Amino acid sequence: MGKTLAQKVFDAHRVDRPGAGVSVLRLDRVFCHEITTPIAINDLVALGKDRVFDPSKIKAVIDHVTPAKDSKTAEQGKTLREWARRHGIKDFFDIGRNGVCHAIFPEKGFVRPGFTVIMGDSHTCTHGAFGAFAAGVGSTDLEVGILKGVCTMRDPESIKLVLKGKLRPGVFAKDVILAVIRELTVNGATDQVLEFTGEAVDAMSMESRLTLCNMAIEAGATCGVCYPDQVTVDYLWPFIQEEFSSKEEALREYAKWRSDDDAPYTRVIELDVSQLEPLATFGYKPDQVKTVRELTGTPVNQVYIGSCTNGRLEDLRIAAEVLKGGKINPNLRAIVSPATPKVYADALDEGLIRIFLDAGFCVTNPTCGACLGMSNGVLASGESCASTTNRNFNGRMGKGGMVHLMSPATAAATALAGVITNSPLFKED
Amino acid sequence: MKNFSGKILFLDRSDINTDEIIPAKYLTELTKAALKPYCLEDLSLPGFDPKRDLEGKSVIVTRANFGCGSSREHAPWVLECNHINLVVAENFARIFRQNMFNCGMLAVTLPKSEIDDLFTRFAGTPAECKTDLEQQTLTVSNDQESKVYHFTVGDFDLELVKAGGWINYADQKY
Ligand code: SF4
Repeated sequence: MGKTLAQKVFDAHRVDRPGAGVSVLRLDRVFCHEITTPIAINDLVALGKDRVFDPSKIKAVIDHVTPAKDSKTAEQGKTLREWARRHGIKDFFDIGRNGVCHAIFPEKGFVRPGFTVIMGDSHTCTHGAFGAFAAGVGSTDLEVGILKGVCTMRDPESIKLVLKGKLRPGVFAKDVILAVIRELTVNGATDQVLEFTGEAVDAMSMESRLTLCNMAIEAGATCGVCYPDQVTVDYLWPFIQEEFSSKEEALREYAKWRSDDDAPYTRVIELDVSQLEPLATFGYKPDQVKTVRELTGTPVNQVYIGSCTNGRLEDLRIAAEVLKGGKINPNLRAIVSPATPKVYADALDEGLIRIFLDAGFCVTNPTCGACLGMSNGVLASGESCASTTNRNFNGRMGKGGMVHLMSPATAAATALAGVITNSPLFKED
Repeated sequence: MKNFSGKILFLDRSDINTDEIIPAKYLTELTKAALKPYCLEDLSLPGFDPKRDLEGKSVIVTRANFGCGSSREHAPWVLECNHINLVVAENFARIFRQNMFNCGMLAVTLPKSEIDDLFTRFAGTPAECKTDLEQQTLTVSNDQESKVYHFTVGDFDLELVKAGGWINYADQKY
């Protein structure tokens, strides 16, 4: 019997089997942000265990609430900052250089095929797009990760998704993952690794694959993974060119991080995405999905483009293409948060920021921002937001508010129309 | 070891998420104790009032996919500081479940038929649960009846519960 990608990563990192079906894994990366890490740091200090296993493998960023909005969030930033200094953690991204964790860490080339990654954040599953095993954990797991460089995980089972066909114009990775979550439901993949395979995935950019894997957790999955291929190598090349003599060599090396043909799966699901149309959510659970066509005309009060799901350059390009020359509907307000300083700078150079500003968008600094309603972009009770984020839980963007998840193209078209609507990039036939 | 017995709070809904258990706006608190008043503040469940319904309860019985959503350990902590160390459900979101055991709390999974049975017999009555970790049983009773439910919890999970959490365990061992 062959092995899945996740099983191969586990085999290469297992240091112990503390019980049946449980592995303790050596970690290649421990990522940290200022919401869940300070409480772990404080606890380690209180326990007299203020140590880190390897400062070069720990990466930290202030992203959720930045710049600090009040004394408490300032304190969280300070705790993280001082800890990073004290332990010589060089890759610490402070205000001015900071961006959304699951956007900035991939952008810096921190994740490689076959890596193990944990972070105190549920959307850590995003990094599986590189063919890594990346899982969100709580603060206690994070503490042990920081201290010892290990984490315990149940041995992985996998669900294989075979995404067949070619996406129609105006249909994006976000629509695909919403379709997948609708199919699996919000706990259909609990304790599973979701493998995204098939020609639709092969054709996707690294950025689109990050969008896909980002929302694996919304179906309950531990991690989403894509097999490393030429796209992965091309994306990582600036960071790995010292390690390999050529891209071909890198590709050969990374090719071992794929599932075998006879690997065991709990389920194999084939989805033909060639007829898929743009989708959006309508309720308080990410599996409550309808076509944008069915939701057309639904009024919204706010549009938000950003987050670790869809705040990358590719997303801003698509949104700007839809917005170009237009003005947002006067009945709503619109916010865009480029996910990282690099995304922001590139968007400036390409003239995208100008398009957003001319359309009437508020352009914020790179931050999680409205996504979790902790700092800016909070909804009032009874309001709704068309959002490119990943979570539509009741109250997520503000008490009494409602979030419709959708692609950047649909969000931009909605901003112009004032009601949910398909973008002109999608041609209904 | 923590206490796993006491009066039951029935939450008759699936997919109760971590934002409902502890809203994001309280994640700036720097101590666990400060979370206490906000437990289940945003739970959308008709007729539920956390101030009134949490009083004196030590065990939660609920439906499927409890604790889905964010990785925030604040969710199990807010239960812990309200003296709720046992949640019984059809199943749990992975991170939440792991967080509970990492904190030395107990997440018990029962089949849907037994969860249905618990709700039918005991919801809406002043029910209590007595937990026997060695026998792996829950004895649930009210003034009318008493019933024993068997559960299984993995060896390693049990070790974590007994060691009082994962930090102590890992620091000694690795
Ligand atoms: S953008 Fe939203 S989902 Fe992503 S890390 Fe930030 S808060 Fe979490």
